[in-house]
Amino acid sequence: MNCREVEPLLGAYLDGELDLLHSLDIEAHLGRCELCAKSLEELRQTGFAVSAAPRYRASKQLRARLVHPASEQRRVFAPVNLRWAAVAAGFLLAAVTVWKFVPPPDQATGRMERSVVDNHVRSLLANHLLDVQSADRQTIQPWFSGKLDYAPEVEDISAHGFRLLGGRLDYLEGRPVAALVYQRAQHVVNVFVWPATGQPDRPAQAHSVEGYQVVGWRAKGMNWWAVSDLSPASLEEMPLCPCFMPPHPALQARNLRNIIRPASD
Amino acid sequence: MLPHLDSAHNLARWLVGNEQDAEDAVQDSYLRALTYFDSFHGEDGRAWLLAIVRHTCYAQLRKKVQHGLQHSEALAASLELEMVEDHSPDPEALALRNSSRIAIERALAQLPPEFREALVLREMEGMSYREIARITDVPVGTVMSRLARGRKRLQDMLTAKVRKETT
Repeated sequence: MNCREVEPLLGAYLDGELDLLHSLDIEAHLGRCELCAKSLEELRQTGFAVSAAPRYRASKQLRARLVHPASEQRRVFAPVNLRWAAVAAGFLLAAVTVWKFVPPPDQATGRMERSVVDNHVRSLLANHLLDVQSADRQTIQPWFSGKLDYAPEVEDISAHGFRLLGGRLDYLEGRPVAALVYQRAQHVVNVFVWPATGQPDRPAQAHSVEGYQVVGWRAKGMNWWAVSDLSPASLEEMPLCPCFMPPHPALQARNLRNIIRPASD
Repeated sequence: MLPHLDSAHNLARWLVGNEQDAEDAVQDSYLRALTYFDSFHGEDGRAWLLAIVRHTCYAQLRKKVQHGLQHSEALAASLELEMVEDHSPDPEALALRNSSRIAIERALAQLPPEFREALVLREMEGMSYREIARITDVPVGTVMSRLARGRKRLQDMLTAKVRKETT
């Protein structure tokens, strides 16, 4: 490939959207072309710059109005609040519909998933995400072994876009457990790990609970639960999980065809 | 769908440029989401919701443009005041990477909305090209070219600022 072919694909290469073959071609070119290597670095820095711009979170008031529209209406009586009453009614209807017509798949698993989601939400709400803050697994693993009767396996998966933030002690199934905290873009992923004494391995099962994605599996004698508000597809890209599979070649090829189709912009 | 509230609000805030309009847009979007919930059969609730948020914001912006107010100008103007105070003690040391938050915020606000939304969804929300394509209703190839052009313009704006300060 020459510079003219490489240049328009550099962004997609950086974003990990190219198939293996093109990625390899581009890497080979970058090895011998300083100009393109420089362009790539500049693109990378621009990406860092944008992620440093503020991500505007919803205000507490907005969240409160969406969650408890009724109390809002009592406090300030204005026509506009009728809209919130409609939102409330809608949510109630949706909740009742889900509750009535969607049977819980498995009582025990359902309960576990809810606990996992509760812990995840709590870790974000109470401003208590990390007990030990480090991107270095050599720091985190010993920290846990001093606090728990087991040492969780901590993996560095930053190459896949999951940055290790640190770890935290949490409580699940009536016992203290290790919570490993990863971040992808601005989304936090909690991974809970504890020993599964005498229980057989279990393949990964993904569920959506209250809009959060929960994946649970049992492997290497441990229970694993990952939870996040990432999209299901993004969470499944987490290589810790046995559900992680490199994208199918056919899918990659189709994706690439989409990418190199001339833009109609 | 409340877990996606931050994503919805962030997109709205970057598209419409101020808190009040963003909250209005998010409020309208959740109402619409409920009204059209029956038509949602997909798996990715976030993409579906963000597409509604985006649609609502654009409708709001179109109304404003009819009233003669260019949102990106307004957004840039609202940041102008803070810009004046943005004197770095060591302008030479300013590089793309270290561009101040305000400078980045302002540059991003000046980008055309179709570039801005692609960058916000990619860099802040960590979405794939396919998800962005679904939300913004364009082919993946267009997402790629918008991201490339958006990044290029942003780069030019930020480095021009550094050059201006160092001379």
